Amino acid sequence: MTRLRGALGAAAVAALCALYAWAFLRAESQSALALLVLAGVAAGAVATRTRLLEKLPPAPERLTQAFALLAVAGLCIALHEDDFSLLLVARVLIVVLACLGLHIQLGYAGVLNFAGASFFGVGGYTAAVLTRSTGLPHLLVLLAGGAMAALVGTLIVVPVLRTRGHYAALVTIAFALLFRTFLEVNDSLGGPQGLKLKEIRIGPWRFNDPVELGPFSGSFYLNYLALLLLLLALGWILVQRVERSWIGIDLDAVRLDETAASTFGIDVARWKTVAFTLGNFLAGVAGAASAHMVGFIAPNNYSFGESLVLVSILLLGGVGNAWGVALAAAIVVILPEKLQVLQEYRFLLYAGMVVLILIFRPVGLLPRRMRRLVDTA
Amino acid sequence: MTLALLGQYVMNGVMLGMMYALVAVGFTLFFGVLDIIQFSHGDVLAFGAFVALAVWAALVKLGVAWPAVQLVAVVVFSALATAAVGALVARFVVLPLKGAPSLNVLLVTLMMGTVLREAIRLFYPGGSQPQRFPALLPTTGYDLGGFNLRLDNLILLAAGALLIAGTHLFITRTRLGLAIRAVAQDEETARTMGIDFRAVVLFTFGLGSALAAFAGAMDGLYYNEVYYGMGLLLGVIGFASAIIGGLGNLYGAVIGGFLFAALQTIGAVALPFASAYKDVFAFAVVIVLMAVRPTGLIGEPASERV
Repeated sequence: MTRLRGALGAAAVAALCALYAWAFLRAESQSALALLVLAGVAAGAVATRTRLLEKLPPAPERLTQAFALLAVAGLCIALHEDDFSLLLVARVLIVVLACLGLHIQLGYAGVLNFAGASFFGVGGYTAAVLTRSTGLPHLLVLLAGGAMAALVGTLIVVPVLRTRGHYAALVTIAFALLFRTFLEVNDSLGGPQGLKLKEIRIGPWRFNDPVELGPFSGSFYLNYLALLLLLLALGWILVQRVERSWIGIDLDAVRLDETAASTFGIDVARWKTVAFTLGNFLAGVAGAASAHMVGFIAPNNYSFGESLVLVSILLLGGVGNAWGVALAAAIVVILPEKLQVLQEYRFLLYAGMVVLILIFRPVGLLPRRMRRLVDTA
Repeated sequence: MTLALLGQYVMNGVMLGMMYALVAVGFTLFFGVLDIIQFSHGDVLAFGAFVALAVWAALVKLGVAWPAVQLVAVVVFSALATAAVGALVARFVVLPLKGAPSLNVLLVTLMMGTVLREAIRLFYPGGSQPQRFPALLPTTGYDLGGFNLRLDNLILLAAGALLIAGTHLFITRTRLGLAIRAVAQDEETARTMGIDFRAVVLFTFGLGSALAAFAGAMDGLYYNEVYYGMGLLLGVIGFASAIIGGLGNLYGAVIGGFLFAALQTIGAVALPFASAYKDVFAFAVVIVLMAVRPTGLIGEPASERV
């Protein structure tokens, strides 16, 4: 009985979120949007005050994920003619996928990566070069983008492992600046002008053609959204499996206290390397998919500022909680695009918001729950 | 390569090194008193440069045309305003997070830097474009066999060296400097000895930020241009310099600053690839250095506490 109530609760939350997202994306007038923002903030405040999410009967994790997937798919179908809204949803999915990478690194292993956008960019540039010069199937190109990002990450893994705290931050920051400068001065990668990419093709399926399925027709973004949902679902399962397994417990131990972890025989360097590489792989896959969808890449998209945005999403959502990451990514991507007043002041507001969050609510919007190793229910 | 061209490169490298050293000294001072990295330092520097520009524009409006007065007013006002901003950042952003994980402090100051940077871009008239910085120093040049040694560069170098030496003397020879060193060594003991911890921290942040304001003005005078994003790279380079030298060590910061400038110059001159790769080269060397000596050239003495 409690299971059924838990499932119903999760379904209701997912449906409400999808409905809210739909209303937000379809709203045209700025006053309607402002009202929706206020309603969202009020709902969030009430939910926090009354601890609503904790009081909901627990639902099986898999069911919650399935409902979330259905909600996003339903949202995409409801928006099927609206190119701009679909593009926004697709960008949210891409950012969530990239942030899941950082989430493994920072949220589990405690490895701080200020070069997230760089690894995202490695994926994008790899995809561009591979599709221009080889006939590799495009699904493999996405994987190659991730693999390349993981490989490039191993270049700096030694200094990342050997340094602590501020010193470790310097390594990834230096890498982010190095990467951006390298792209700008390297003529064979297009220099500051960047490169163009072709659409994704899988067999006869051309991603830039509108979707026609019997009586149903929709924007070509639905192709990319289907692919992105698949990638994100796989990435999410991976992250969840890592967290629920003994690997996740080892990673937690490494993050919380390296010295204590190593006295219990946990190989700190090994797990940090695994988390760093896995995270960069996810960021690279996201970068490759994004480059294909946008059709164009340039060094400006992969600056240090973008890396900071990725880290702020993690912090805003609550470090260590994948649901928080998804929520924060949706807010950070969609809000400034819809509220035009914010457009110009976007970076100022992100930064100010993170400063305030760090001072007043350092755990983020959806903080990670305590791991329950023994089922007490 | 002619000797004159070499001289030009060396001079340029020394100028850059002096700016980096000034920024790095700030990082190292902040790390000394609070054990944190004040990552908005570079943007505080950009703020100082824009205050200098605004003061100059105001003086021109008021009809003060005497260059010496302009110079003194620009330097004094920008140092004071920037010191105030540095102290405010310390008071309202850094001190409230005392005791929080160092990641949070790093992020909060990084984001504070973004706030400052964006504020300059959005609210300074024409701030999104590079602004011309006036030449306030005599630009007479001395010809040394084809190499043009300019008086304004010499003055800037001398002033920078004096400031760093003065900071060192201040830290080592005065009562307030003693208080700073005491706080750096052990906060609790310093408090029990009657040192006002918060005042010392705020003063140190003001001092470091004033040095950054000078570095910003120096950058503006040297390149005749200031830009809202100038602080990002200068800040990261200053941070890198402080770290290469070893945090919390004044000499280390100066050595690190000049070392980074030397790397850039070598990258531009002596290496077989195009000079556009000089920053790529310099940052690559920094990453390798961090792999070899994870706590800088003059390492932190503290061992791992269990």
